[in-house]
Amino acid sequence: MRVGLFVTCVNDAVLPETGKATVRLLERLGCDVDFPMAQTCCGQMHFNSGYRRECVPIVRGFVDAFRGYDAIVVPSGSCAGMAKHYHETVAAEAGDERLRADVAAAAPRVHELSEFLVDVLGVVDVGAKFPHRVTYHPTCHSLRLLGVGDRPLRLLRAVDGLDLVELPAANECCGFGGTFALKNPDVSTAMGADKVAHVLETEAEIVVAGDNSCLTHIGGLLGRLRTGVRAMHLAEVLASTGAGA
Amino acid sequence: MNAYLGMPAFPEAARAALADTQLRRNLGRATSTIRAKRARVVGEMPDWEQLRATGAAVKDHTLRHLDTYLERFEQAVRNAGGHVHWARDAAEANRVVLDVTRAHGARDVVKVKSIVTQEIGLNEALADAGVSAWETDLAELIVQLGDDFPSHFLVPAIHRNRTEIRDIFRERMAGAGRPAPDDLTDDPPRLTEAARLHLRQKFLRTKVGISGANFAVADSGTLVVVESEGNGRMCLTLPDVLVSVVGIEKLVPSWADLEVFLQLLPRSATAERMNPYTSTWSGVTPGDGPQEVHVVLLDNGRTRALADAVGRQALRCIRCSACLNVCPVYERVGGHAYGSVYPGPIGAILNPLLHGTADPHDAALPYASSLCGACYEVCPVAIDIPSVLVEQRAEVVDAKRASRRPDPERTALRAAAWLLSDAGRMERAERVASRSRPLAERVRRLPGPLAGWTDSRDLPAPPAESFRAWWRRTRG
Ligand code: SF4
Repeated sequence: MRVGLFVTCVNDAVLPETGKATVRLLERLGCDVDFPMAQTCCGQMHFNSGYRRECVPIVRGFVDAFRGYDAIVVPSGSCAGMAKHYHETVAAEAGDERLRADVAAAAPRVHELSEFLVDVLGVVDVGAKFPHRVTYHPTCHSLRLLGVGDRPLRLLRAVDGLDLVELPAANECCGFGGTFALKNPDVSTAMGADKVAHVLETEAEIVVAGDNSCLTHIGGLLGRLRTGVRAMHLAEVLASTGAGA
Repeated sequence: MNAYLGMPAFPEAARAALADTQLRRNLGRATSTIRAKRARVVGEMPDWEQLRATGAAVKDHTLRHLDTYLERFEQAVRNAGGHVHWARDAAEANRVVLDVTRAHGARDVVKVKSIVTQEIGLNEALADAGVSAWETDLAELIVQLGDDFPSHFLVPAIHRNRTEIRDIFRERMAGAGRPAPDDLTDDPPRLTEAARLHLRQKFLRTKVGISGANFAVADSGTLVVVESEGNGRMCLTLPDVLVSVVGIEKLVPSWADLEVFLQLLPRSATAERMNPYTSTWSGVTPGDGPQEVHVVLLDNGRTRALADAVGRQALRCIRCSACLNVCPVYERVGGHAYGSVYPGPIGAILNPLLHGTADPHDAALPYASSLCGACYEVCPVAIDIPSVLVEQRAEVVDAKRASRRPDPERTALRAAAWLLSDAGRMERAERVASRSRPLAERVRRLPGPLAGWTDSRDLPAPPAESFRAWWRRTRG
């Protein structure tokens, strides 16, 4: 299967380890992974901030970059959600029929990582080893926009040596919310503080999620408080084979 | 424009609310209790998702043919001996209520709990004309006596605990009528007893009742009020004259349609299978209840909302407040921070839809959300609040574009869009970032608007090599 990795702009520029882990994981599972160099971003930041017009060339760039792949795999619930559900809105509003057709062709091939592993590849045990105490935060867009359900938890449970502890009030938003974190930093921090308190209750060493934007927020709070608890992307856990973490 | 007097816009009001320990405790307790209960009673319904879809479809259909249903309703009310008035805005609606009150020489009116009369500022308008409006819902009474603003649809005094309520009753009841007993405690049965005695006197003496309505059935000209306490029933049956202010979005075509909402509303609102009191009336019934019945059909921005292709779904709202109770933002800041009688997620979209975004209060509301989608998940009429929020953000941005005033946010986002529209530009920018990266792994302080992030959170520093550069080096 020819897989186009959409690494996302944040992972590309700031957190490349997630992208590398995704490549390792998918190749280990037998996928032919390509990273189309023309890719940039899904447009979510602009879309969610109200900059619709600026989204149009970004969406156009996305569909052009990913033409011809069997699957477009995204290690981010919110970016996958943007491409799957809101590129259509951008194209429709721009009144660009060709873009609309291209989006309609691309959207069904977009898969969030856990959904791709479980539904498309049909694997739950990805052959990972990760001997740590871990808790999982489901992230709102994976949970509600994409409906990935318990797929990430099933993947984590199958990891050798991993001790999965349930996160209290897991479904509650961590308070990141993109520009929300900047426009309403106080509320965002108050929400994050409660999330962090729940993470600490689990006594986990690592909090895992499928979205580095939420993890940057949660991890940023954990770091500022010097809790010693780390935030880590699901792809990195699943790619791990036990040598360090 | 409709913001509570003197209240700052959301981010600032929210910051103040976050520091209120008592408020956060009261709200946290109240919302988590009702959330759990709602989840339980909704979980009992095997056909909940179908009911939701039906509720949404009925409302959409009615809104699409609103002209037809409004006229049908008007005719049915008239046939049943009631009077129908049309009000374009708050001033027109208040004028109708005042005229009716004056025609009967009444100096005071009793009120059924209603949000729409708060929207139009009816109590204040009546007070200006020398008429006292008495709230009879227990929580509204607490808010009114406390000279306070409501902060929730169903539990307007959700921000108060029972000790605060006891103090309000002790200090303020005497000024409004029958005083509270001297030995009043904060025991809930004692508090409700004090309220009951205080209100009973008003029910028996007042000639004019004022209500809103939860639903208006077009076929039969019937108004419906759904409540828990029975105070509404008293106001709807004891006075000689009844005036009901009804938003034009409250219509449903028939009783068969109403049945859907009578299942959706109580479970979503109070987490009850059925609410204790459902009152219905169609015009005048000779010898039974008020013998003069008026209905004021109110627009006040609703047709503006109806004209918005994405936003019009907000008019499906049945004010159940489930979205408030699950909202992580509302739970932490409470209703007052939204500066409107419509708080929480629905308020964040409804206020800008009703009045536009020219006022800074309204313009801040679409951003008062992390877009987590919990509201959409519970909404009994499936209003996609997150999608409407981002739509309205676009409206705010477009209005700012038109004003041509320089705006640092716009400059930054346009620069980002330029960068992100071309992979080559992005790669060059990444290279610059890697070269100029700080030595530390984490950034602890950023300048300007980005300080909002680093005031409370670390940020990872840019890596020595971007993913793209790694791919090019190892695979390219
Ligand atoms: S938007 Fe939906 S959940 Fe919120 S109050 Fe209205 S009907 Fe209830």
